[in-house]
Amino acid sequence: MSEAATMTAPTEEAVRAEVCAWLDANWDPNLGLVEWRNRLIDAGWGAPTWPKAWHGRDLPPALAAVVDQEIRRVGAVNVARAGVRNLAAQTLLAHGTDAQKAAFLRPSLTGEYSWCQLFSEPGSGSDLAGAMTRAELKGNRWIVNGQKVWTTSAHHADWGLLLARTNWDAQKHQGLSYFLLNMHQPGVEVRPLRQMNGHASFNQVFFTDAEVLPEHLIGELGGGWAVATTTLMHERRGADGTGAAAGREPSAPRQGRIHDEERAEAAVANEPYTWYPQRAGRVDLVLERAKATGKIDDPVVRQEIAKLLILARSAEWTARRARAAQVQGRPQGPEGSLGKLAASHVARAAARVHTLISGADAMLSGADGPEDGIIAEILISVPAVSIAGGTDEIQRNIIAERVLRMPKEPGSSDDRPFRDVPKNVVG
Amino acid sequence: MQFTFTSEQQEYRAVLRRYFADSSPTTEVRRLMETEQGWERDRWRDLNAQLGLCGVHVPEPYGGQGFGMVELGIVVEEMGRALVCAPYFASAVLATTAIMNAAAEAQKDALLPSLVAGDAVATLAFTEPNGRWDAGGVETTAVAVDGAFRLDGVKSFVLDGAAADLIVVLARAPGSSGEEGLSFFTVRGEADGLTRRALKSLDPTRKLAELTFKGAPAELLGELGKAAEPFAKTLRLAAIALANEMVGGADRLREDALDYAMMRVQFGRPIASFQSMKHKQADMLLEVELAKSAAYHAAQAAADDAADLAALASLAKAAASEAYLQTAIHAIQIRGGIGFTWDNDTHLWFKRAKSSEVFLGDATLHRERMMRAWGHR
Repeated sequence: MSEAATMTAPTEEAVRAEVCAWLDANWDPNLGLVEWRNRLIDAGWGAPTWPKAWHGRDLPPALAAVVDQEIRRVGAVNVARAGVRNLAAQTLLAHGTDAQKAAFLRPSLTGEYSWCQLFSEPGSGSDLAGAMTRAELKGNRWIVNGQKVWTTSAHHADWGLLLARTNWDAQKHQGLSYFLLNMHQPGVEVRPLRQMNGHASFNQVFFTDAEVLPEHLIGELGGGWAVATTTLMHERRGADGTGAAAGREPSAPRQGRIHDEERAEAAVANEPYTWYPQRAGRVDLVLERAKATGKIDDPVVRQEIAKLLILARSAEWTARRARAAQVQGRPQGPEGSLGKLAASHVARAAARVHTLISGADAMLSGADGPEDGIIAEILISVPAVSIAGGTDEIQRNIIAERVLRMPKEPGSSDDRPFRDVPKNVVG
Repeated sequence: MQFTFTSEQQEYRAVLRRYFADSSPTTEVRRLMETEQGWERDRWRDLNAQLGLCGVHVPEPYGGQGFGMVELGIVVEEMGRALVCAPYFASAVLATTAIMNAAAEAQKDALLPSLVAGDAVATLAFTEPNGRWDAGGVETTAVAVDGAFRLDGVKSFVLDGAAADLIVVLARAPGSSGEEGLSFFTVRGEADGLTRRALKSLDPTRKLAELTFKGAPAELLGELGKAAEPFAKTLRLAAIALANEMVGGADRLREDALDYAMMRVQFGRPIASFQSMKHKQADMLLEVELAKSAAYHAAQAAADDAADLAALASLAKAAASEAYLQTAIHAIQIRGGIGFTWDNDTHLWFKRAKSSEVFLGDATLHRERMMRAWGHR
């Protein structure tokens, strides 16, 4: 291929034809899951938007979607790149050294490494940069002590993305460093955290002299906040209900060794997420239930349903505007930052409408509740949406300060050494 | 379905924004809104001579530019931003669309070129003192006398109705009801038997009139008794156009309120640094962007002739009605006392937001229409 030809972005037809031909020659449901994923990775089809040097093809998102579509169409299994795994990969792609990328990207895509995010602490939720988990260099090891919370998948993760304080004399944001922490070691204890909806999707993680190798520092020592910001940006991007952060679709009941292996993997990976559709409000159930209960004839309920549908559709179109601009290579407009806040509004409105439709039945749960308890689960799960991954209030600050360029609150830039900043007393 | 504007459309928007920023500053809006007519014929002709705006959505054989609803949406959004004082919505949107939807070919040839050129100004008279925004509310009757039609009845809330040269009137056969027996007619502004009374409108940038027909001579437009469908289509496109105009105004209000908050100092710092202001601005941005998405989506759906256009049009109008007024309320509140004064410009948009909220049907009406159009009953 001439140099000029490689410079031009391929057309949709060319990409489709190439991936189809490749799948035709390579897809085999009798392969092992890891073996097959390594083939996808070698060919660059597993992560088409990633750089060519790192398992990808530098394709724009629109063309990568074509690749994924074809992989689904032939019934093939894709690589593992949803959830925290994707956050880890994107963070490594942006800030990792070549050695770190070489060590971690491929086993993440094959599914051999699973990940958790060790950011939030009991004493620092919205104020993530106030983290107090400490990492101290002793000999040739970083020694980690402290506590993290809200850690999805920590009970089965292989590696953690750790934000820890390495300098107590520096200003709050400057004293943090970002590490990859091996979760399988004696100094790490994981305990489930039960939520108000009865599920235990998150964990508390306790570190007692846990160890991190020096080569697992990501970015600069003291530069952890910038690295964490990359992770958070990708997390929020996935939170508008359109990203890949939510659980995967259940696999079709296909036969073959590879499908059994994928189902087993998905069962573990999806387990914490079974209630996530409910926390988003389940707009999809509203009309069906309104018709079944006859509430569709109530003019007041009709108005509330209509308001919800308008909100949900407008939010969906706003996300698509943002993606369309991104695909065109245009600078993202304000619409790109609004998805998470919009999703909170949609979820709350949906919970309100489900209550209206259910009437007295809204007081019941489990098998006695409407839709075999799904409605009750919606009503007690929706409060999570406006908190998880950044509260609505923090989201509004981000929109105001980064999109609208409004000034920061005076006092929020605290120049004192972190050691002198008032902190929560954590029991 | 396309979710972004082409580079040509973006360039078109940029040209219009510059033009209206120069030609329609609020000093000019204030001057024109104090006049009885609300706009000036010379400036109206200039607008069309320079930019051909009246024909943006009209096919080329009638002198138009042959674009569609997306481009019309851009024009009215930019006019809404600048509160342009012109009979554009009455003539180019309502009357021209009704003629395109209802008229026979020869009538389009006869009527459209002068409207497109801006030589004549038309409006659509369909609402009556009962304030209903549907065909069922029409009580004005048309009777054929010696082969010519005569109209009797009262039309109200007619946009630019006192000044229009040509009035497209929706009337019905005596004894008919609902969607039956409806026909469009054209009546000259100076016709005998037509009395026009300018109404004192809450929004002085948008003039309304009451038209009383007493045996006024009228010409049939399109087919006798078959106006229900073209009328419904006209209302859908008008609702989409209005929604786009409204999000233009709302976005302008939001931006100006943000500029004010950045500049205004209280307690020793810009009020924009207070979280209460930042959260309000973030909410305003969200609400306006959601309404924009609905308005843009509806315009694109009209261009694509989507099957559920009726639902999408009502969705866009309902969303814009709520977002524009709420933004206007915030815009005054952010300014405090100065925002409630006559000299501050915010009330100009507030009044447009209020009249647009109601014009062509409020959010409650359009939410119900959306539900019915989608078959949710």
